[in-house]
Amino acid sequence: MNSPWKRWLPTLIVLAIFLLPLLLISPKTYITLTISGLAMGMLLFLVASGFSLIFGFLSVLNLAHGALFTWGAYIGFTSFSLINQWTGWGGSDSIFLNIIIFLLALIIAGLLVGLLGIITERLVIRPVYGSHLFQIFITVGAMIVMEELIRIVWGPNDEVMPVPIKFMGSWDIFDVVVSKYPLIAIVIGLILYLTLFMILRKTKIGTIVRAGVENPEMVQVMGHNIYRYFTGVFAVGSALAAIGGGMWATFVKSIHPAMGGEVIVFALIVAIIGGLGSMTGSVVGALLVGLSYNYVAYLVPKAALGITMLLLVIILSIRPTGLFPEGT
Amino acid sequence: MEVDPVVEPILKVEGIHTFIGKHHILQGVSFEVHPGKVTVLLGRNGAGKSTTLRSIMGLLPPSQGTIHLKNRTIQGLKPYEISRLGIGFVPEDRGIYNLLTVEENFRVAMLQEDGKSREMMETVFEIFPDLKKFWKTTAGNLSGGQKQMLAIARPLVNRNELLLIDEPSKGLAPIIIDHLIDSINKLKEITVMILVEQNFYMASSLGSDFYLFDDGRTVYHGQMEELVQNEELKKKYLGISGTN
Repeated sequence: MNSPWKRWLPTLIVLAIFLLPLLLISPKTYITLTISGLAMGMLLFLVASGFSLIFGFLSVLNLAHGALFTWGAYIGFTSFSLINQWTGWGGSDSIFLNIIIFLLALIIAGLLVGLLGIITERLVIRPVYGSHLFQIFITVGAMIVMEELIRIVWGPNDEVMPVPIKFMGSWDIFDVVVSKYPLIAIVIGLILYLTLFMILRKTKIGTIVRAGVENPEMVQVMGHNIYRYFTGVFAVGSALAAIGGGMWATFVKSIHPAMGGEVIVFALIVAIIGGLGSMTGSVVGALLVGLSYNYVAYLVPKAALGITMLLLVIILSIRPTGLFPEGT
Repeated sequence: MEVDPVVEPILKVEGIHTFIGKHHILQGVSFEVHPGKVTVLLGRNGAGKSTTLRSIMGLLPPSQGTIHLKNRTIQGLKPYEISRLGIGFVPEDRGIYNLLTVEENFRVAMLQEDGKSREMMETVFEIFPDLKKFWKTTAGNLSGGQKQMLAIARPLVNRNELLLIDEPSKGLAPIIIDHLIDSINKLKEITVMILVEQNFYMASSLGSDFYLFDDGRTVYHGQMEELVQNEELKKKYLGISGTN
């Protein structure tokens, strides 16, 4: 089982996904697609990491995660629009004010959806801890209710997501077209990943959460109120989904009530590829999916979704628990 | 049973019944644990010893009966509340966090990081020097014996009054078991212990009082020297003869 071939195969897959497209795509296009793929990957990471952390720690399959993502996008949309109405920072020539309004919208979305996550965990999830079947039923129900609430509050139609003016357009670096927002998304995604990584690695709370991913019963036996941690992790996971939603909406410049359902499929694939419960697994899985999707979408557009499924099948056949084991 | 009537028991379990799903596993378990002693729970596989420890910890709450820690009733409390009252638990599978380092395993176990806990860490290092040596090692890479030592040492950092240890000798080589017996003997000065053990050599080396379990009930108790001599009891309830 642990032959060197199998041990190195995941690394080979990563390298193949990263380098093989160079044979078929011109270097300039390759760089543009790579940046776009990395940005998509970072956005997927935000959604998948929350889903993965919730499954790893609480052993809960939260299929309402996509609805929390959509709520994040809508709250981000409303916050941005309202703040922009009062201040005009979104249309300002100052990149600093553009970043502030964008971050404010994301923080508000994260906080409010984190709160929504706490309510969901207490009312919906807590009665079904330990039963995956009931979790699927009840979280699908919660997803439908949350989506319908969006239709009631914001209406059923698509909305155009406002984008800070300095985030639009592209830079021309040595004749290579580099879109601005994907680069910003990569930086924000990386900062969030590193922050989460450091919290999980260096703080006591993070250590307890990692211990809980491995053995939640022993965490209780060691005197920690596991339910408080369950609620906290659920809130953080929901907030990450919301930030992902807000950033994704800015990426595709539109929002609609069913957008979460589309992204949750990617998030599931990413979380499984990376290894459920693993933060590093989520980021690597997300980048693999983002890159392969973008390269294939350029070469054979119709096969774009298929390639992520193929990636899932190949990786699971080599490592059934994903690229990174739980908790790393 | 020859128990000093003046000394109040640290733990008193009275007539507990516990179900796992529909299965009625404990059907009347009663025993007392006294300060300064190692109380050993003995019996064949499936007699209810491990379930008793899990019931005390609140992991399998009993449906009937009472459990008192000193003067406080603890049945019905959550496992983390029971743990905070001063009971440590070492499960049969050791419950080590294999992906965390030895240091991180202790960090999770330590409820308060202060001078007292640091002092206790020094005592733990004296008893289990390997843990200091492998402080930064991932626990999953430790040997079986080292993992068991880590499992036993972790709850000690909170100066727990009572330590429940489930089958510490499981899966260990005889030489390692001797080493473990020495270490656990040193723990007698720090904490009171309840030991569930199938290995009669280990049980008799460490135990002062014993309780025999059969079909989810406590059926006999006494002092360990008595059991060592009583071939009939050993054969009837443990299926063994001699000290093996």
